[in-house]
Amino acid sequence: MNLTLRIWRQRNAQERGSLVSYEAKDISPDMSFLEMLDVVNERLIAKGEEPVAFDHDCREGICGMCSLVINGLAHGGRRATTTCQLHMRHFKDGDVITVEPWRSRAFPVVRDLVVDRTAFDRVIHAGGFVSSNAGGAPDANALPVPRDDAEKAMDAAACIGCGACVASCPNGSAMLFVAAKVSHLAHLPQGHPERAQRVLGMVHQMDLEGFGNCTNHTECEAVCPKEVSISHIAKMNREFIRASVLEA
Amino acid sequence: MSRFARLCQTSIGAKQVMAVTGLLLFGFVIGHLLGNLLVFAGRDSLNGYAHKLRDLGALLWVVRVVLLVVFLAHVGSALRLWRLNRAARPEPYAVEAHLVTTYAGRTIVMSGLLILAYVVYHLMHFTLGATNPEYLKLMDPKGLPDVYRMMVLGFSNAAVSGVYIVAMILLGFHLSHGLTSFFQTVGLNHPAYNPCFKRVGPVAGVVIAIGYISIPLAVLAGLVK
Ligand code: HEM
Ligand code: FES
Repeated sequence: MNLTLRIWRQRNAQERGSLVSYEAKDISPDMSFLEMLDVVNERLIAKGEEPVAFDHDCREGICGMCSLVINGLAHGGRRATTTCQLHMRHFKDGDVITVEPWRSRAFPVVRDLVVDRTAFDRVIHAGGFVSSNAGGAPDANALPVPRDDAEKAMDAAACIGCGACVASCPNGSAMLFVAAKVSHLAHLPQGHPERAQRVLGMVHQMDLEGFGNCTNHTECEAVCPKEVSISHIAKMNREFIRASVLEA
Repeated sequence: MSRFARLCQTSIGAKQVMAVTGLLLFGFVIGHLLGNLLVFAGRDSLNGYAHKLRDLGALLWVVRVVLLVVFLAHVGSALRLWRLNRAARPEPYAVEAHLVTTYAGRTIVMSGLLILAYVVYHLMHFTLGATNPEYLKLMDPKGLPDVYRMMVLGFSNAAVSGVYIVAMILLGFHLSHGLTSFFQTVGLNHPAYNPCFKRVGPVAGVVIAIGYISIPLAVLAGLVK
């Protein structure tokens, strides 16, 4: 298939970027989106031009490194799909595809389609962990966890921290990411001792990083490659109210 | 107090302010609608009700001040969050696309600001008598302030009715997203109730808009005179 790509090119964080058009000819529908970009890059290199910089690592939908807003939708907007798992068969011959980086004040562009997501790391540093020494693996069922809690914690822990929630939110809010981390640990006994500090600290850091505020558009949930539910945002809201009233 | 003020500055705290004040305003909107609908029960019913409200005296002033504070807190929080949200994405997308967000959700700040403008006009029109000072002098045969006549006179003007109708449609849109949002914001989210939460906003929005709009339509149609 033959495609026209409009790709955001930006040399570095300081310079202004712009959309540049490229013809991508003879693309196999079996390629992933990133493999298609690899082909485009090989041809650019052969012509002596700068290849397009983009983030990726595992290419099997588990690491959270790949990003890209494709035709206005994070990871292309297909259900439960990362960009590395998005296949070209979902596009049509002759399509014009616009590829942009995550847009957020908290995620500055490093180069082309690569953004700096260390804001997420700082949010995690602010409380997204259990600091007690857990020792070796405990005996099974020594610490009972109700099945529903275990399931909810697991669903929240599926978050790979890619940042699609921020990219897709009309307000640039990171609530789904932060909520996944808060909810994951709040559902488990190991997370309880630091429950209040955790939610207050992480929300404080989230605000400091310049993310927006949730107005319940629920776009985040729709694009999340791990289908993390906004029920975790409600859980974080409850955790925040509880911590504000009872502690702090 | 400073701790409370600090909490209201956080993203989630500010959302709690929006939600609680929004719910209180929603309660007011329902109460106000029920009162207004007395226009269909006749002049004496509406004027008698309005008179009882005025008779509350000091209590009425307490309610007014609370409403004003609630309204200002809602608007203040909304504008602050809106400014922060715009700053959160300095470089817009060249291609904008959405999967699930609604029109009412995307325009909630606009509907809110237009409601604010409407409320100012509405108060000048019917409560303060700034636009039509003669309204406050109207008396019915029982010697009570004639709210009924004021409504009929006001809505006989097609332009006044038009503005009112548009404002009430905007209120319907605002509540359609706002009320559904309320539940999620205060943490009420459960698979058993979510379908209900999702529906209650749009349903309340439509019912309230129709309820309010029925009054100018009835006046214009000559059913209430
Ligand atoms: C009679 C007047 C009003 C009523 C009954 C009302 C009601 C509500 C309700 C129930 C909410 C949901 C709160 C939540 O998100 O949890 C809300 C949200 C909101 N309101 Fe209002 N409101 C009114 C006026 C205004 C005004 C004048 C503004 C001015 C800007 C405004 C702006 C907003 C915004 C921006 C939201 C946030 C939406 C969201 O979080 O999804 N509202 N309102
Ligand atoms: S590259 Fe690892 S999730 Fe896409």
